[in-house]
Amino acid sequence: MGRPAEAADMNELLAKLGLVKTGITARKTVTFGDASAIRGSLLWSAVSVISLAVLWAVSAANEWVNPIFWPHPAAVWDQFVTISSEGYRNFTLWEHLGWSLYRILMGFGLGCLIGIPLGFAMGLSNVMRGIFDPLVEFFRPIPPLAFIPLVIIWSGIGERSKILLLFLAAVWIMTLAARAGVSSIRLSKVHAAYTLGASRTQVLRHVILPNALPEIFTGMRVAMGVCWGTVVAAELVAAESGVGFMIMVASTFLSTDIVVMGVVIIGVIGYAIDILMRKLEARLIPWKGKG
Amino acid sequence: MRGLTIEGVSMVYELPDGGSVEALRDISFTLEAGEMLAVLGPSGCGKTTLLNIIAGLLAPTAGRMLLSAPETERGPDGQPAPDHLITAPSPERGMIFQQGALFEWLTVAQNIGFGPKMKGLSQSEIDRQVEGLLETVGLQGFGSKAVYELSGGMQQRVALARCLANDPQLILMDEPLGALDALTREKMQGLVLKLWNETGKTVILITHSVEEALFLGQRLFVMAPRPGRIEKEYRLDFAHQGLTADSRDVKAAPEFTKMREEILSMIWEMEEEIMGRQEAQI
Repeated sequence: MGRPAEAADMNELLAKLGLVKTGITARKTVTFGDASAIRGSLLWSAVSVISLAVLWAVSAANEWVNPIFWPHPAAVWDQFVTISSEGYRNFTLWEHLGWSLYRILMGFGLGCLIGIPLGFAMGLSNVMRGIFDPLVEFFRPIPPLAFIPLVIIWSGIGERSKILLLFLAAVWIMTLAARAGVSSIRLSKVHAAYTLGASRTQVLRHVILPNALPEIFTGMRVAMGVCWGTVVAAELVAAESGVGFMIMVASTFLSTDIVVMGVVIIGVIGYAIDILMRKLEARLIPWKGKG
Repeated sequence: MRGLTIEGVSMVYELPDGGSVEALRDISFTLEAGEMLAVLGPSGCGKTTLLNIIAGLLAPTAGRMLLSAPETERGPDGQPAPDHLITAPSPERGMIFQQGALFEWLTVAQNIGFGPKMKGLSQSEIDRQVEGLLETVGLQGFGSKAVYELSGGMQQRVALARCLANDPQLILMDEPLGALDALTREKMQGLVLKLWNETGKTVILITHSVEEALFLGQRLFVMAPRPGRIEKEYRLDFAHQGLTADSRDVKAAPEFTKMREEILSMIWEMEEEIMGRQEAQI
């Protein structure tokens, strides 16, 4: 046995890996159904990822599957290196990614710019709620991809059509999130603000807006996820650049290694966007859920 | 000196099915400036409706409410200004809610400074006022904390300070200590009493606790339901005793316990009657 400090370090490591229980959880007799006792286990996450990677490498080495259906990991890595530096179809991997991200940011940004004020109006005025409710409720359940043909007819296959499509994907989500944020306010907060001398504008700026931020941010996270999925799909159909375009072209040449590489990148970027949004949320809205 | 005048206030809620509920019938009273009024009554007696009407958040179906102007205010002729007619919320009538009315996106200090900030005071002036108020309510050093980091009792101290920051003529308290545990509640009663004595504010306190109403109210209304009305009025001396004597002793005194039992059984009977009427309807 080491010194107590070492033992404590060891214990902390084991706890992080999910191998020992700490604190009150260690003494709980009932954990099945107790959500607070289920934290996952880093060790088992590592085992899961590593096993999949090993399985992939072994199956490729033994050629269990034809590489046209499922490529060797080394081939995927080679394509990653080549396309990163030399490019594919006029653009390097980073430029393809850059185009996809640019479209998202434009469409998502426009969606926020229109959706948030619209949601506020709908949460604050009977007339506005009346006018826009049928519109929002009608468009919201339509998958954005259903608009692709229409959008192409309107604005061709250029940047404008993709940004318009992403705008349509984001705007209803942001409208409903902002409306929910406005509607979720406790009446006593509004009353408190008025009895403290706030005007209507001040109530909007200093009470309703900050109160709605957590819901707006949740909406942003959802909208970002939907936009990322939609941009890839839109590029599959009609584009001259972007990650979706890259894997679509590669598939017509049966370059499965490029397709798989693209799919992995799409997954990694989507995951990274969500982590980034969560970090931003924790940083910008520490009061979330504390009302 | 006159403070608040309530004249013939009635409130009838129209129901969607065509019926109506008489929440308040012909309420009239005056409060002297600096008085503390406690209002008790079974649920549904209209006490919260009355408070919201005085706050200017509800317009009564009949009657009017007047609040005397601050002594410093002058009319155009240089004479003392006439009473203010209550029609809308105003910072001259501060309000304290049971819970959840603090702004969790602001720090303790920013919450307390909310009123002055809305008025457009300079930040240094706001900081100076907030510093003094933190001390008044016993929260020195907590200014930069987030409100959700505080206990329920401390949150209500913030609410008291936030209300006082506007220097209101009248403070309306809607069950301010209702969500606190029994021990914290006793402590906070002492603080409310101390603040009332030090600031000389006119206060209306709505409570479900007979003991709290007796201990804090200089005057006490017991309200009855259907229609909401003032059933009985008391003038009490326990608040003054509480300023000098120990609160436990005041509450244990025979006259205090006797009165508590009397009011409790009065409210009990009202509740029984409501239950009986509801059963008869079924």
